[in-house]
Amino acid sequence: MIEVHRLVKRFGHKTVLRNLDLQVAQGEFVALLGPNGAGKTTLLRIMASLSRPTLGNVSIGGYSLPDQAASVRQRLGVVSHLPLLYGDLSAEENLRFYGRLYDIPAIEQRVNVVLEMVGLTGRRKDLVRTFSRGMQQRLAIGRAVLHDPQVMLLDEPHTGLDQDACEMLDTVLKQVAVEGRTVVMTSHDLARVAALAGRFDVLSRGVICASVRSSELPRDGLLAFYRKALEQPCA
Amino acid sequence: MRVKHFLRALLAVTWKDLAVEWRSREVISAMLVFSLLVIFIFNFALELDAQARASVTSGVLWVTLVFAGTLGLNRSMATEKDRGCLDGLLLAPVDRTAIFFGKVLSNLAFMLLVAVIVLPVYSLLYNTNLFIGGLLLVVLLGSVGYVVVGTLLAAMAVQARTRDILLPILLFPVILPLLVSAVRASSSILQGLPFDEYSAHLNLMLVYDVVFTAVSFMVFDAVVEE
Repeated sequence: MIEVHRLVKRFGHKTVLRNLDLQVAQGEFVALLGPNGAGKTTLLRIMASLSRPTLGNVSIGGYSLPDQAASVRQRLGVVSHLPLLYGDLSAEENLRFYGRLYDIPAIEQRVNVVLEMVGLTGRRKDLVRTFSRGMQQRLAIGRAVLHDPQVMLLDEPHTGLDQDACEMLDTVLKQVAVEGRTVVMTSHDLARVAALAGRFDVLSRGVICASVRSSELPRDGLLAFYRKALEQPCA
Repeated sequence: MRVKHFLRALLAVTWKDLAVEWRSREVISAMLVFSLLVIFIFNFALELDAQARASVTSGVLWVTLVFAGTLGLNRSMATEKDRGCLDGLLLAPVDRTAIFFGKVLSNLAFMLLVAVIVLPVYSLLYNTNLFIGGLLLVVLLGSVGYVVVGTLLAAMAVQARTRDILLPILLFPVILPLLVSAVRASSSILQGLPFDEYSAHLNLMLVYDVVFTAVSFMVFDAVVEE
């Protein structure tokens, strides 16, 4: 579903991604782990067609970037630590607006389904700026799945959420994954991703230096795997 | 079908901007307060006789509109950037020029609304009739060119930390030909000169609008991408 081959991204003289390779199969939930500055967000922004690669190939669902960006965007839902929502519009107005941009047919029905899914039907007419951070993030997920994308890219979606909000968000994320979507999520919270992802890739200094499936890890073994991955020299 | 989607997305962006502004009143209030202050300051600072008034009116009017417009353009794009909404727009599978022209329409609506309020106040304070068909046409042509270039450069400047300073620095040199023509055409109209005296300025403004709309159409995608 996602193919990244020898990806390089430079900002001026600084190289953020160095010949990075990544493959994600359809329906897989991959957690991208790594320290600050490892290049996680840059990789996600390139896959989301928000940034151009300096070198290398990226294709999603058989469509290559940046040439077929519109086809990729049609199949992509993105959630970041910012909500990407308008505070002065209500929850349903935000979804309706994005629905028009995505040219979704029967938009009102879809808005109802999504609001129900993220548990915000009762607050649908309230302005988003009156929502708590957790509610905004749930609505952000609703916005991302509004057009029923095949691939979800989540960039540290738990940032700034309290414990209850994180748990509520995890419930929504599990539902998103259960529906057969391919998910790539970056996070610093190992305990939280351990319960969500089926594969863990560690990104360090612009390359993926280790990868493991959750079935191959011993119970509570993610932290040890992560530390070992960061200690070993990356190619 | 693609044209229909393009238009629907364009109108959705405009509607969203107008709805957000209706509730927050951030852009319009800043532009209006600034415009009225400038008019009052010039009114009290320059003690003008009738003849001097006719010669400086167009300059003061355009300085007011252009500076107020810069405030509005900065604010309009900053709203998109601050909550990551610009990324939300750019992630949509729609021709990005639909987003650009949607923003242009809403910015133009704000600019014209300010002009609609400023013109009568100006007429009253300076005892000059500004409700002349030709002058209204100049305001429209000048506003279109200004907003097209301003929206494009605001999309560029919003990526920078110094966006508030950067926009006027980028914008004013580029709009200079438009501004000079607008001031000269307005001045000629207010002095009651015949159409032939200022038609060249109107033509230049029209060409400026068409050329920069076409340029913006071609480069907006590259401007907003990292």
